[in-house]
Amino acid sequence: MKRYEIIIHGRGGQGAKTSAELLAQAGLKSGLFVQAFPEFGPERSGAPVRTFVRWDDKFIHSHEPVVAPEVILILDDTLLKTKTVLQNIHLANLVVINSGKSSFELEKEIVQALNLVEELKGKIISIDASGIAREIIGQNRANTVILGRFAKETDKINVNNLAEAFREKYLAKIGEDLTEKNIRAMRMAAGVGDVSGQEQINN
Amino acid sequence: MATKRTTEKKVALTGGFAVGEALRQINPDVMAVYPITPQTPIVEAFAKKVADGLADTEIIKVESEHSAMSACIGASASGARVMTASSSQGIMYMMEVIPVAAAMHLPIVMVVANRAISGTINIHNDHSDAMAMRDFGWVQIFSESVQEAYDDVFLSLKLAEKVSLPVAPNLDGFFITHTVENMTLLSDETVKKFVGEYQPKNYLFNFSEPVTFGPLTLPDSYMDIREELYQTMKKVPETFREITREFAEISGREYDFVEKYKLEGAEKVIVAMGSIAGTIKEAIDNLEKKGIKVGLLKIKMFRPFPYKEVAEALREAKDVVVMDKNLSMGAKQVLEGDVFQAVGDKKKIRSVVYGLGGRDVFVKEIEELIGG
Repeated sequence: MKRYEIIIHGRGGQGAKTSAELLAQAGLKSGLFVQAFPEFGPERSGAPVRTFVRWDDKFIHSHEPVVAPEVILILDDTLLKTKTVLQNIHLANLVVINSGKSSFELEKEIVQALNLVEELKGKIISIDASGIAREIIGQNRANTVILGRFAKETDKINVNNLAEAFREKYLAKIGEDLTEKNIRAMRMAAGVGDVSGQEQINN
Repeated sequence: MATKRTTEKKVALTGGFAVGEALRQINPDVMAVYPITPQTPIVEAFAKKVADGLADTEIIKVESEHSAMSACIGASASGARVMTASSSQGIMYMMEVIPVAAAMHLPIVMVVANRAISGTINIHNDHSDAMAMRDFGWVQIFSESVQEAYDDVFLSLKLAEKVSLPVAPNLDGFFITHTVENMTLLSDETVKKFVGEYQPKNYLFNFSEPVTFGPLTLPDSYMDIREELYQTMKKVPETFREITREFAEISGREYDFVEKYKLEGAEKVIVAMGSIAGTIKEAIDNLEKKGIKVGLLKIKMFRPFPYKEVAEALREAKDVVVMDKNLSMGAKQVLEGDVFQAVGDKKKIRSVVYGLGGRDVFVKEIEELIGG
């Protein structure tokens, strides 16, 4: 496997850091070598933040920054017009955005903001992750939904590994009920149906 | 190396968490701490484990780094196994007592999460803090990865207690402390066996053999005591080698004063230490594919400096680039100077200062630096 890089954009408190860690742990479970790190610096609630993930089938020695990733996950569409988020977005193979707008609309916005004459290279996916999260989890935890949606698009990891990583990190912290709801939202976004419970997850 | 290591665990952790886990496995008697970025996750991870009853270390929450090191010195002199962690301005603030720990031959381990020093204020990574404490009798080793940062905690503790000197294992702030990487944890039993029970050599609570720590020494004795400290440092390499050999047997991971990466026969060589070594390795692999042969000489043990090993490793090199992650004002750079001392004027040495205050360095830049 070629080096595979992901950038997650969000605001402080939206779970960009957790998402990167879950992708790293899910990668580990899939037998990959991983790296995950936040944008270094002070953490401020509500301020734009970025986190980075690398997957590879070889150990990752490099500590250079990620600048042109395969995949960009955006937890908040109000960030879409910022320079940092637009940077190299046209080079990504996949962009998943938490938004109430259609994929077509978002793509148009990006093309206009970047003054591009051609179409974007990658696939833009819009998903109302906040809406789905509010409905299933009862909280605006868009990141679990976005991760599920991303898992649907990649064969590098699967949603079961993601769910397991989530369970390991959160079961003791948020309890069985909320953990299961998060996993349900994640699995639904991944298109593996509205199922939950240990048996299915361990399949 | 035939030992079966069935109990080890393959995980992905941040450097901060991994070091915190190493501290739990060691379970030192005393840890005096004061938080500072980017060292924070180390003590945070460890303090949580203590709160959960997974270690019974006496954590002393002090009011400053000066007090942290002072408390470490007091506890260590009384015969306890003592560890702490700090960074940057924390190191600068405890500087008054840092040389005291070495002069008293106290085997304190202080994990240093390297960060730039003020001013202007910067919380990001470089090696200025480590450079500031390099001349006082602390052993200093540098790690490239999360795995190495974890392993270095055990190597440091065992070394400190064997040579009766304080040891500072360094890990790059953020690049290692905050980055999740694949690594293997040792089992608790393996760690326990490797670090053993601490038997202090001289200590204040040994009432049958009373000793004095840190007395006033006048011109008739001060210089002799400094000389004695200098001689003690000279014994460090031999002991370090014994310890790394023993560690290789339990972990399968081999460490030495320096690491040589694709160095054999290379005329172009980069000398560096810390997390940049990983980035350099990728640059070297890329250049190799283009038919350009470059080697890396990674400095693992920085103080005492391995002059002999560096000279030997650079024997065939013609173009040597020495990368310093600090800027020494009004002088040659520190690592540059050390390498020059090791090889004399027989080599062409180029000095590169990089990454100050967390400035990014890309694989491509390193390729351009030496590949031309």
